[in-house]
Amino acid sequence: MADLSVNICGIPFKNPVIPASGVFGYGREYEQFYDLSRLGGIATKGTTGTKRTGNLSPRVAETTMGMLNSVGLQNPGIDAFIEKELPHLLACDTVILANIAGSTAEECAEVAAKLDKTDVHMIELNISCPNVKLGGAAFGTSCTAAAQVTKAVRAATKKPLCVKLSPNVTSITEIAKAVEAEGADALSLINTLLGMRIDLRTRRPILHNNMGGFSGPAVFPVAVRMVWQVANAVSLPVIGMGGVASGEDAAEMLMAGASAVQVGTAIVQDPYAPLRIIDELNDWLDSNHIATAAELTGSVKPW
Amino acid sequence: MKQDKYTEKLTYRIRSMEQLTAAAWSMVIECPDVAAKAVPGQFVNLLPDGGFTLRRPISICGIDKNAGTLRIVFEVRGKGTKALSELRAGDTVNMLAPLGHGFTLPGQDARVILVGGGIGTPPMLPLAQYSGAKAVVISGFRNRDAVILQDDFAAAGAKTILCTDDGSAGRFGLVTLPLEEEIKAEKPALICACGPLPMLKATAALAETYEIPCQVSLEERMGCGIGACLVCACRTKDANGDEQYTHVCKNGPVFNAQEVIW
Repeated sequence: MADLSVNICGIPFKNPVIPASGVFGYGREYEQFYDLSRLGGIATKGTTGTKRTGNLSPRVAETTMGMLNSVGLQNPGIDAFIEKELPHLLACDTVILANIAGSTAEECAEVAAKLDKTDVHMIELNISCPNVKLGGAAFGTSCTAAAQVTKAVRAATKKPLCVKLSPNVTSITEIAKAVEAEGADALSLINTLLGMRIDLRTRRPILHNNMGGFSGPAVFPVAVRMVWQVANAVSLPVIGMGGVASGEDAAEMLMAGASAVQVGTAIVQDPYAPLRIIDELNDWLDSNHIATAAELTGSVKPW
Repeated sequence: MKQDKYTEKLTYRIRSMEQLTAAAWSMVIECPDVAAKAVPGQFVNLLPDGGFTLRRPISICGIDKNAGTLRIVFEVRGKGTKALSELRAGDTVNMLAPLGHGFTLPGQDARVILVGGGIGTPPMLPLAQYSGAKAVVISGFRNRDAVILQDDFAAAGAKTILCTDDGSAGRFGLVTLPLEEEIKAEKPALICACGPLPMLKATAALAETYEIPCQVSLEERMGCGIGACLVCACRTKDANGDEQYTHVCKNGPVFNAQEVIW
């Protein structure tokens, strides 16, 4: 039995496998399958200053080895989250990363300030949602805007602040450095890649929003590459995500430079995916006589 | 998918597989734990083999709690349902079930009208079996080659009215004509419907005109199937009449017709 525990920003995680924001709601739907305390952590559904209804359906399309989504940050708003969902999550004996978003830097800061007064363990600032018109990826695709929103949220909270980056940029390392300079404590990446599918019969895009976020095993090599680039460009811990679907994928992401991984699309397919990935990572470490998951981080030996 | 202790929890054996029409298949799945819990109107979410990312949600057509089986009837629409149609008795299938909010039924002595359109017809069968001779099943299909389940409805003791778009079997035309006739003949306690959106909308409009409770089963492109990923949104009205997005997989697939924003 390998030691799977990792530490990010001084927060101990019992293992490095975290359901990603968006696929796991606020955790309740998965309690019928297993005890949430078995997870390394939970990144909660992106939550904004006020309630959002999200985009029109269809919001999902299948792709070869992946999917597109265009949910559009549907959520009940931060006050409802803190009142109705957070107490239950904090009782689950796992690390809670509250994913937040907003149309403006002020909205993001306001949400962070409200969370600062709670016992949530970490704030994950989403500057990369491809499915909303304001904020979202508009923050994450310019160094200036990314820096500005990070600065505003940093000023609003002393909680460990993880900024979630968009892959839909020319240079993700420049964004990462801009965010690091404004006081981020960690980075998570990648959010989804902007994609599109068309129904041949109707000639309409399958998604009502026309475009959406592409995720799943198909994007895994892109994610590994970006995690490796970012981990080498900044001195912050990185949480890697994008197509992780097995223990070996998790090991590869850690080697690329991640301190933990998030799992998204694999959970949409199979609620047990995170538990399977934890078991498989443990088995892989044991069979390779590696004592700890943490020592994999950044252990890739580039040519 | 690689078999392990987690996939085993979702793996079920197929008892039988039968082709009903060129496109429609009937599958009986051995799943005593699921059958014990399932209610009419719920659905199963099946993961086809072959590298598919998303499961395929399919409504439940039969619940046999004594035999411990569920029956589903589905149509081959794309590659995923094609892969499911190639499964045979003795094969296994990866299934999350039972899912969703089903029909809320009146007593067995109450008259109900069940309206099905095309591949929306199968979820009407458990309702017909429940209400027996008190049920009228009105089902519509494109043509005679697409007709399914008429013998099953008759065996349940229900009055069956078949319609086709081209008149090649049963009555020529839409299900709403016989629906209005049956309402006028004797007002039912409930109308249940599943099928294409225009059919559901027309059915709900008739139910409203005649002030009859109506429950409709909706369809939407779906992800997790359990209410977490929020992709299968549909527009409904909350208790105050305000518009909201609820989710077909968890709040539905069955909704009161008056809640739905058409």
